[in-house]
Amino acid sequence: MIEAGSVFFPLLGALVAGFLGRAIGDRGAQVATVGCMTLASLCGVWLFFDVAFAGNARTVELGTWIASGTLEASWALRFDTLSAVMVGMVTVISTLIHLYSVGYMSHDRSIPRFMAYLSLFTFAMLMLVTADNLVQLFFGWEGVGLCSYLLIGFWYDRESANAAAIKAFLVNRVGDIGFALGIAGVYMLTDSVAFDAIFAAVPALTGRTIDVAGISVNAVELCGVLLFIGAMGKSAQLFLHTWLPDAMEGPTPVSALIHAATMVTAGVFLVARMSPLFELAPFALSVVTVIGASTALFAATVGCVQNDIKRVIAYSTCSQLGYMFFAAGVSAYPAAIFHLFTHAFFKALLFLGAGSVIHAMGDEQDIRRMGGIWRKVPITYAVMWIGSLALAGVPFFAGYYSKDMVLEVAWAAGTGVGRYAFVCGILAAFLTAFYSWRLLILTFHGAPRADAHTMEHVHESPPVMTVPLILLALGAVVAGAVFYDPFVGHHFGEFWREAIRIAPGNHAMEAAHDVALWVKLLPVLMGVSGIATAYLLYMVFPTVPALLAERFRGLYLFLLNKWYFDELYDRLFVRPAMRLGVALWKGGDGGIIDRFGPDGLAAATVRATRAIVRVQTGLVYHYAFAMLIGIVVLVTLFATGRL
Amino acid sequence: MNALGFPLLSLITFLPLAGAAIIASVRGDEETVARNARWTALWTSGIVLLLSLILWFRFDRTTAEFQFVERAVWLGEWGIGYHMGVDGLSVLFVLLSTALTPICVVASWESITARVREYMIAFLVLETMMVGMFCALDFVVFYVFFEGVLIPMFLIIGVWGGPRRVYAAFKFFLYTLLGSVLMLLALIWLYLDAGTTDIPTLIAHRVAPAAQVWLFLAFFASFAVKVPMWPLHTWLPDAHVEAPTAGSVILAGVLLKMGGYGFLRFSLPMLPDASAELAPFVFALSIVAIIYTSLVALAQTDVKKLIAYSSVAHMGLVTLGLFTFNTQGIEGAIFQMLSHGIVSGALFLVVGVIYDRMHTREIAAYGGLVHRMPRYALFFMLFTMASVGLPGTSGFVGEFLAIVGAWQVNRLLALLAATGMVLGAAYMLWLYRRVIFGLLTKNELKHLLDLSPREVAVFAPLAVLTLWMGIYPSSFSSFYAASVANLIAQHQAAIQATRQLAGL
Repeated sequence: MIEAGSVFFPLLGALVAGFLGRAIGDRGAQVATVGCMTLASLCGVWLFFDVAFAGNARTVELGTWIASGTLEASWALRFDTLSAVMVGMVTVISTLIHLYSVGYMSHDRSIPRFMAYLSLFTFAMLMLVTADNLVQLFFGWEGVGLCSYLLIGFWYDRESANAAAIKAFLVNRVGDIGFALGIAGVYMLTDSVAFDAIFAAVPALTGRTIDVAGISVNAVELCGVLLFIGAMGKSAQLFLHTWLPDAMEGPTPVSALIHAATMVTAGVFLVARMSPLFELAPFALSVVTVIGASTALFAATVGCVQNDIKRVIAYSTCSQLGYMFFAAGVSAYPAAIFHLFTHAFFKALLFLGAGSVIHAMGDEQDIRRMGGIWRKVPITYAVMWIGSLALAGVPFFAGYYSKDMVLEVAWAAGTGVGRYAFVCGILAAFLTAFYSWRLLILTFHGAPRADAHTMEHVHESPPVMTVPLILLALGAVVAGAVFYDPFVGHHFGEFWREAIRIAPGNHAMEAAHDVALWVKLLPVLMGVSGIATAYLLYMVFPTVPALLAERFRGLYLFLLNKWYFDELYDRLFVRPAMRLGVALWKGGDGGIIDRFGPDGLAAATVRATRAIVRVQTGLVYHYAFAMLIGIVVLVTLFATGRL
Repeated sequence: MNALGFPLLSLITFLPLAGAAIIASVRGDEETVARNARWTALWTSGIVLLLSLILWFRFDRTTAEFQFVERAVWLGEWGIGYHMGVDGLSVLFVLLSTALTPICVVASWESITARVREYMIAFLVLETMMVGMFCALDFVVFYVFFEGVLIPMFLIIGVWGGPRRVYAAFKFFLYTLLGSVLMLLALIWLYLDAGTTDIPTLIAHRVAPAAQVWLFLAFFASFAVKVPMWPLHTWLPDAHVEAPTAGSVILAGVLLKMGGYGFLRFSLPMLPDASAELAPFVFALSIVAIIYTSLVALAQTDVKKLIAYSSVAHMGLVTLGLFTFNTQGIEGAIFQMLSHGIVSGALFLVVGVIYDRMHTREIAAYGGLVHRMPRYALFFMLFTMASVGLPGTSGFVGEFLAIVGAWQVNRLLALLAATGMVLGAAYMLWLYRRVIFGLLTKNELKHLLDLSPREVAVFAPLAVLTLWMGIYPSSFSSFYAASVANLIAQHQAAIQATRQLAGL
């Protein structure tokens, strides 16, 4: 019952708010969804302790979904440590975001619709993490895709919001091709889509090859790479990341939900969930590591020059997800999930804090038009500091424990790709601290750059918004210290049990505890120097950044335009597809098929008819002549014995 | 006679004809005739639907045998008989036909005002032909129904269609007739070879492998036009664009399935060697259909044309799945056909709603409808998502299984088929965005009314089916699982036999 409650209460809330919204009004919809979410989070937290700490892993069967031959996917709720951690985190963060939304969206026209979407989003994510087979996971996977589409495009009057929503859905779908094919591949290999059966079957499959377009490749590696392509789409990794920054078009609570609790973490979860398979696919893991590490650095460089407060934080998510992936890539899945867990708190905090700023500034999002407001919004200011400290990995905040662990495992893995990840991660740590403080300083300090009218109305948010902020801030402070030991401490195996499988040869998790002191200190050092640099550039010498941008204009524009990925994709895929569509339609269907097919046939018939008509001259001797020829031919044929 | 004690299949096949006769006999002024025609058509198709539900409950899902079998001596001395029956492959298509007909009648309630009597008669005759086609177990009976479908459809497009209806109707007729002639030749050949036209006997009859290829191509000409497969698809967009809404619903919902059903009933079981041999050819055409028509759909400016092209792409996945000869592929193809029958039918009804109000199909003429028609937007969203293949809707199950089936045959094939996942989402979401979202700026749209109760009654059953098939597909797939397993077993046995023969 509790298991079902933790997953289905959000659905209930969504249905009530969505379909009865008009009857029960805005307030009713808010009460229903927040109430249902609270119940779900109570169930979720209880399960978190019961399953993860007390060790009562279990699966609740709900019924058959798809059955076709040996392919049997059921509706089931699987609770092991991995899913319990996710359910606990998702329900709690989502409840706080729901509560915050009551205040943030109070002036919106369609509150019930918004609350319904939020709850549905949460439900889809919960179905994803509690799946006991790949197909149900795919259900949740696409469900969060749909909800993100609906929420990014929530303000459907805006052109930009609609474009961003479609972009998010389509880029995700590109990844989904990989995921769907990965499922097909796993099914063909193991004859099942259920996790237990897959995990039991994969060890016997090492070395099995499969033919792809005439080339023989390792089957398990192929499945691993395909599944990871799916994860890249959902978790906005390099090459499939372009949707995430645009997703800022949605209302701010949506960004918090997408970036912290639901959606983008799904990719990391998938890799952790499939750890028994990935452990047998070293090449696939290398791909995970390299893509993750590259994303961590890439996104951080872009984050340094963005001017939209939400965009900066969005790129930081992209970057932090990169950290999680390269941790998973070096077989340190617990470290990846630990960072996912702490990140959820401080990223939700940062987004909701940013929302509070936007709220205070009258919907202004450009940090170049902010500044000098910290006295007017003390709570927001304080929580943004806490969130940034946690993000930068300053000691004893949540991010410090998890990010250091991630970097340590990368170093401790001792492999080439591990070292690459470590270097990228260290550089990104510096940049992370830099852009976080750039954001803080430009937003809150210095001379006010907004107009007088806006400045007059700057105000702290109401308690319904600040209370969730304070609770999240609490999490951002303590989540790392409290959960470090069980998640990634020396006895992490007793916590994760069967949920995560690490091959005996992969020691990154254990070795991480014994790395050299400089490896442990370097991330903190980089973080502090990043903060110092930002302080110098934006607080002490505020004219320098503009000069730098002028001096290195090419680099600046390259970063500002996000490495021109959007432009590149537009040229390579979007426009050619449209042009090809028109060409095939007008040229292929109209110009060739119809011209030589039915229309041609009709025209030929007409021509033939005309020709026959011409033969009918009406002159008797013409007919007689034709008859004569006919008789001659017949007689000849008859005489030669051919008839 | 069968276990029920009365000839159920003949009853549901010919009851619509009785209804048509009643409509034809009504006398009075135009208004009376129209009202009577509507109600009679609704009652008739409703009763047929209820009767057909007996199939749902009484069909034995554990066997691949033909059930509810009826036989009557007809032209006995020539081996031709009146033989009806359903198995797992056909029973759900019968139900699809009987379910869509009353929906079409209700959907046409107000939009058809001219020649209502003839229109309703055409629909009831159409229902007879469709149901009879899926139930027929004798080749001659099948052929009569298969071709008979064309006549009411031709009239529906040609009489109640749009401005270019005559061109569309003839194009439709030309294409389908050409295929039919070749199929007739194949039928005669088979009859001469086996001495019977009884379908179950013919399935057991082995055709020499050398002849199979020719027969396959002859059948293919007919079925590929119906599906329609690229490059024989160009009649479909024109026919859809010109057909009245309900005509499009039946066209997309049932008529396209006749091709897929034909492959399942004839090509695969009767010509196993040729099917296996020519599978790569079918795969190639299917992949081209998926990618080519999806791209063409992206370029459309006419709502109905866009959905028509999307049908071709979706049916490409069906033909792909059918020729994989594995459980997931064939089951996926069947499910995709059923789902497409519901979803594309619903999408054409969705278009019909705004066409009835604005009398234009230009996408550019709309925009921002969500402001005036929130309920409409909700239904449209659901069917869009089903078309895109979102898990939880009916569209996902078939698409996913077909891709899984294709993967087992060839990895590249699965990859190319899966590109439809992205392209399909692109054209549908872009369509939705242009029609529903955005500001409501056009003056003529500002007084649109949301769905009327009658329209909700049309959409609600389709919405329920879409979700039901998506969330609990087993209640449908259990009908055909045994038949598909049997089909695959027979196929493998036949291929094995040929190999052994060649080995000797």
